[in-house]
Amino acid sequence: MKILVYIDLQDGVPTALSRELVAGARRLAGQGGSIELALIGGDADAARKLGASRVFTSTPSPYDPVAHGAYLQGIVADNGFDLIVFGCTTSGLDLAPVLAFLNDLPLLSYCTAVRISGGTVEADSQIYGGKLVSTAEASMPAVLLVNAGAFSEDNGNQAGNAEIIQLPDRPQSSVRLVSANRPDPNAVDITKASRLLCVGRGIGEQDAIEEAREVADLMGGEIVGSRPIIDAGWLPKERQVGKSGRKVKPQLYLALGVSGAPEHIEGMGGAGTIVAINTDASAPIFDHAHFGAAVDVADFLPAFKEALARKAG
Amino acid sequence: MHIAVVLRIVPDVTEEIEIAGNGIEIDREWIGLKLNEFDDHALEEAVLLKESTGARVTAVALAGDGAERQLQTAIARGADDAVVVNHDQESAVGARAAAHLLGSVLKNLGADLVLTGVQTPEDVFGQLAPFLAADLQWPVLNAINGVSAAEGGLEVTQEYSGGYSSRFAVKLPAVLGIQAASKPPRYVSGSKLRQASTATIASVVSTVPDGFRAQVSTRLGASQSGTKADMITGSAEQIAAKLVDMLAERGLVGA
Ligand SMILES: Cc1cc2nc3c(=O)[nH]c(=O)nc-3n(C[C@H](O)[C@H](O)[C@H](O)COP(=O)(O)OP(=O)(O)OC[C@H]3O[C@@H](n4cnc5c(N)ncnc54)[C@H](O)[C@@H]3O)c2cc1C
Ligand SMILES: Nc1ncnc2c1ncn2[C@@H]1O[C@H](COP(=O)(O)O)[C@@H](O)[C@H]1O
Repeated sequence: MKILVYIDLQDGVPTALSRELVAGARRLAGQGGSIELALIGGDADAARKLGASRVFTSTPSPYDPVAHGAYLQGIVADNGFDLIVFGCTTSGLDLAPVLAFLNDLPLLSYCTAVRISGGTVEADSQIYGGKLVSTAEASMPAVLLVNAGAFSEDNGNQAGNAEIIQLPDRPQSSVRLVSANRPDPNAVDITKASRLLCVGRGIGEQDAIEEAREVADLMGGEIVGSRPIIDAGWLPKERQVGKSGRKVKPQLYLALGVSGAPEHIEGMGGAGTIVAINTDASAPIFDHAHFGAAVDVADFLPAFKEALARKAG
Repeated sequence: MHIAVVLRIVPDVTEEIEIAGNGIEIDREWIGLKLNEFDDHALEEAVLLKESTGARVTAVALAGDGAERQLQTAIARGADDAVVVNHDQESAVGARAAAHLLGSVLKNLGADLVLTGVQTPEDVFGQLAPFLAADLQWPVLNAINGVSAAEGGLEVTQEYSGGYSSRFAVKLPAVLGIQAASKPPRYVSGSKLRQASTATIASVVSTVPDGFRAQVSTRLGASQSGTKADMITGSAEQIAAKLVDMLAERGLVGA
C-alpha cells in the first residue's frame, strides 16, 4: 500500500489538516505500507519531521495551482500510488479532480471517514449541506478529498529519515502571484472571544443585524456571521466563521438561522456549548448543537434580548 | 473575451430531503429545486465583467428540470445568449459526466473563460470546474471571490482557510470555480423576466465518451454526526426565558 499525501502550506508550514492527513494515511497504509509526500515549493527539512519515506519537493515558492498541477501529474505518472490524498481545501479543489480526470481515477470528496479493504477504498462523505452521508467505494488507485477532522489524529514529530526528491524548476506558468494577503492583525480577533453570537442567512434582513449586535453585547460576546452574511457585506470578513473564515472555540456559540453546512461546522464544531435557533427542525446544525429550538429568529431575537436584560437588571 | 457560465439546478437543501427507495439516491419527485448558489455568483461575476469590459456572456446548462427557465433568467440578468445541452444521461448528471458533455460544447462556442460555482450540494464524486479544466486542458483556480479584467487577461482573488487569500494574474483561456461574486447577485425585475421568457435558447446535443461509467454511492443515510440537541419548546418568549436561565446556571451569560 503506497499513499501520496499532498501537503498544504500556510506561511510556509504544513497545515494542521496536512499533518492530520499524514497520520491518517499512515494508519490506512498499515504495517509495511509507505507514505510519500508532495510538499511542493516548501521547506523539505520541515517535511522530514512528518515521517514519510519520501518527500517530493521543489524550490521554495508560493502556491501556484498550474505549477502544482503539473508537478503532481509528473509525480503520479512516475510512481504507482494506491491512494492520493488531498485535504478538502482550496488547493485540494484545484488539484485533486484534475489529477483524477487526467488519469481516469475515481475520486471521493468531502470524506469524513475512510476505510481500506483489499483493493478497494470506502469513504463516508458529507452531502446535501451536511444533511446526508453518502457511502461509496472506489477501486484503487483512487484520489480522495478529505474533510478536516476525518482522521482526528495528531501526527506528532516523527523520525526524520525521509528521502528528499528535488523536482526540477518548471517553466513559467499561465498564472502569476500578484500579492498574498494575511488576515488583518488590527481587526477584531474573534478567536479570542469566549462568547459568540453567529447570524446566518435565516436572520432574513440586514436591519436585524443591529439587534443581533445589541444581543451579543448583552451576552458579553462578539457578533460573527456565516459566509452568506459576509458575502452580502452585512458583517466584515474578519467576523466570518468557518472553512474560509476563522476557526473558533468559544465557551458559548449561539447560532441564529445557520443551517450547519460542513464548511461552517469546520469553524465552530469544537465550541463548548452550542445553541442553535432554526425554523427547520431537520437542519444539520441540530446534530452539532447541545441545545436548540425550532423557532423563528425574528421572534426569538427580541424575546431573548428582553430575557437577557431582565436577568441583568 | 467570451465568457461561458455553467448553471446547475440543484436540490434546495434548506427543504426536507428524502432518500429514495433504492437507498442510494435522494427522492427527486417532490424536492425543491434552485439554481446552485455558487453558480448564481458565477453568473453575477460574468455580468459584472461584461459591464466593465464589454465581454460576451453565454449561459450554458444541461437539459433537465428547470434548465430553460434558469437560462431565461440568466438572459434577464444580462447574459447575451443561452445554450441548453441535451444528452442521454440520467436526470442527476454527475460532475465528471457533465464535464465530458460540456467540454466540446464550450470549445465550439469559442469561449475563452468558463465560470461556474466552486461546488454543489451533491458533487461528492468531484467538482465541475476542475473536471472541465482537465477536459479542456486549461488552467483552473477555485474558491475565487473576486475577478477583474487586467492587462493580458484577468486578476482574481483566491481564498484559503483562516482569512488568507492570494491575488493572481491569469492568462486566458481559463476556468474559474467561483465562491462569491465581487458584488452580491442582483435582483431582476418581473418585467425583465417576462421579456426574457420569450428569448430563444439555442439547443445542442452532446454525449459522454464510450465506456464512461459514473461513480455511484453504495449507501445514503441521514447524518448521524455528533450529539442531537436537547430541544427547548414553547413560545419564543418561553424559549428565550428558559435558555437564559440555562445559560446563567452554566455561567455563560452575564458578567
Ligand atoms: C470552499 C468553501 C468555503 C466555505 N467557507 C465557509 C465559511 O467559512 N463559513 C460559512 O459559514 N460557510 C462557508 N461556506 C458556505 C457553506 O457551504 C454554506 O453555504 C453556508 O455556511 C450557509 O450559511 P447559512 O447557514 O447562513 O445559510 P443557509 O444554509 O441558507 O441556512 C439558513 C438557515 O436559516 C434557517 N432559517 C431561515 N429562516 C429562518 C427564520 N426566520 N428563523 C430561523 N431560522 C431560519 C433555514 O432553515 C436554514 O437552515 C463555504 C463554502 C465553500 C464551497
Ligand atoms: N505549497 C503550497 N501548497 C498549497 N497551498 C499553499 C502553498 N503555499 C502557499 N499556499 C497557500 O497560499 C497562501 C499564501 O501562502 P504564503 O505565500 O505562504 O503566505 C496560504 O494561505 C496557503 O494556503
